[in-house]
Amino acid sequence: MARRRIKINPMALIGLTPMIATAVGVFVICIIYSIVLSFTNSRLLPNFEFIGFAQYERLWETPRWLISVRNIWLFGFFSIAFNMIFGYLLAVFMDQRIKQEDAFRTIFLYPFAMSLVVTGLVWQWIMDPNLGFQSAVRNMGFTDFRFSPLTNEATAIYGVIVAGIWNGVGVTMAILLAGLRGVDEEVWKAARVDGIPTWKTYLFITLPMMRGAFITAFVLQCVGVVRVYDLIIAMTQGGPGISTQMPAVFVIQHISGRSNVGLGMAAATMMLLPIIVLIAIQQYFAWRSRRRAAGIGAAVATLPQAQGVKAS
Amino acid sequence: MEHSVSVKDLSLNFGAVNVLQSMNLDIAPGEFLVLLGPSGCGKSTLLNCIAGLLDVSDGQIFISGKNVTWEEPKDRGIGMVFQSYALYPQMSVRKNLSFGLQVAGFKKEEIDKRIARASEMLQIEPLLDRKPANLSGGQRQRVAIGRALVRDVDVFLFDEPLSNLDAKLRSDLRVEIKRLHQRLKNTMIYVTHDQIEAMTLADRIAIMKSGVIQQLDAPNVIYNKPVNLFVAGFIGSPSMNFINGRFENGTVTLGGHNFDVSRYEFETGQGGTAQDVILGVRPEHVVIGPGVESQPCQFEAEIEIVEPMGAETVAWTKLAGETFTLRTNSETAPQTGQKIRIGFDPIRSSIFDAQSGTRI
Repeated sequence: MARRRIKINPMALIGLTPMIATAVGVFVICIIYSIVLSFTNSRLLPNFEFIGFAQYERLWETPRWLISVRNIWLFGFFSIAFNMIFGYLLAVFMDQRIKQEDAFRTIFLYPFAMSLVVTGLVWQWIMDPNLGFQSAVRNMGFTDFRFSPLTNEATAIYGVIVAGIWNGVGVTMAILLAGLRGVDEEVWKAARVDGIPTWKTYLFITLPMMRGAFITAFVLQCVGVVRVYDLIIAMTQGGPGISTQMPAVFVIQHISGRSNVGLGMAAATMMLLPIIVLIAIQQYFAWRSRRRAAGIGAAVATLPQAQGVKAS
Repeated sequence: MEHSVSVKDLSLNFGAVNVLQSMNLDIAPGEFLVLLGPSGCGKSTLLNCIAGLLDVSDGQIFISGKNVTWEEPKDRGIGMVFQSYALYPQMSVRKNLSFGLQVAGFKKEEIDKRIARASEMLQIEPLLDRKPANLSGGQRQRVAIGRALVRDVDVFLFDEPLSNLDAKLRSDLRVEIKRLHQRLKNTMIYVTHDQIEAMTLADRIAIMKSGVIQQLDAPNVIYNKPVNLFVAGFIGSPSMNFINGRFENGTVTLGGHNFDVSRYEFETGQGGTAQDVILGVRPEHVVIGPGVESQPCQFEAEIEIVEPMGAETVAWTKLAGETFTLRTNSETAPQTGQKIRIGFDPIRSSIFDAQSGTRI
């Protein structure tokens, strides 16, 4: 089979030029510039004195970075896992032909529409011992009640995780609900005739059918986790101590406040790695399904000929 | 006689819309009943009510003598096959067949026995470990039938099971369903809009329109003695020709000529009073060529279109301003533009009251 020739429409090219320039300029050149800087000893201002992998060695000895890496795994694991579980449960709830579905959907999606700074501030107030939940319960008479997760180094990260789940669960629900609605109604009928209870149908039949929706929601969540920044700034500024440091916070702090561009860029490059791995995995699956589709297409294409011979 | 499925005064409304109107239907054990009608006539709705997938507004449903009006589908003793196959896509064929039985708590030996029997019957043994995505449409529908089969029930419900298949597979699987029915001798209710499927499979056909059964009878009776203009026009391809005329004292006047129809089998005595009628003539009852002289009704006609179909040819002409088709042997088929003499016998036709559309 001949390769399809790509024709370029000149008007389209003119229209796309600003976008192409932005994409190349901002993404490709800046990423390369960041990687280059990570091999220099840049302090306050970028310079080009190359020092090999020294910044990386230093990075992996910095407790602040090690805590960041631990935190992002913790934050990623819990927020993605609970987002998926709650998102699916909410989607199942919305799928029960409830009244006021539009209103509920708006409510669940609303946190996603808000800036993470707002989300972070709201949750910080709720968890603040003097303003939030603790003082409310104490005012009711329970004067010994304590609830101030953000002031404790051991629990602060879980406070951030709760806020992250609250923020992301709505959009997961929306994606998974679209997936649920895409399941053929006759499959539901067949399951009812077979006497399969509703919860088993959701768990064993529709859930596996929604792989595409789950992968989409998962990738979106992963991207959100890797770049989590504003939530931390609004809630804890990385504290108490360095207990809620995150890689993105680390990078920004080293580029601006801590005047260590080289180390910040090394950290930024480390953040790029998992994203590249994610994209590679996604590309692999896309390629595999394309290849499978092509294989089936070829098999189908040969069928009519074979049948034609038999029929004639 | 005990009925296998019995529908009593069944009504179903969606808001102000009456989808089914006090329907009554009795189906004998082992009968193959086809519900036939244009889309939106309520045939699939009726089947879903019998299956218990839709709650009825009024009336009762009995299956094997038991009132199941408010039973869950799984407790009604039915198996169902759907147009889109509705297989569970992430499960292997074997799992598709066994999942419902496992949930119902059957023992493994019993499940294996039933799967073996069903897959032998449908010749799907080599496919048992494949996923539905790796099956052709015909194979998928066999698996879907198998899933109904392993339930070991008295009544099978088919909801347009062949509509998603191409023409060749459709006729293959049609024969297979008929063979299955002869072997199992279960009651089967089959919804379709395809009259060939209806004619070939059914013991009785129920023709539906707007939620009401128009005629319920054996296929040949429906074809030869349609009770009204709707049934007459719906069954048969190409459809029946209709000619306006007037009936009086045992004769019908068509285009200025009188024809004696006193030997016609009237539904009510001698056909009642003088009235405007519509004469329905099947295209294959129209005679051309040598036999035409012996036909009571004869007309001159110019052939406008000829459709050769292999074994036979359909020719289109006009009679008294109305389209008129005739079906003839391909060897003696007329040519386009040819003027020929056509004839038919009004005794073999169907005569309908022009006002009410019912057969007289």
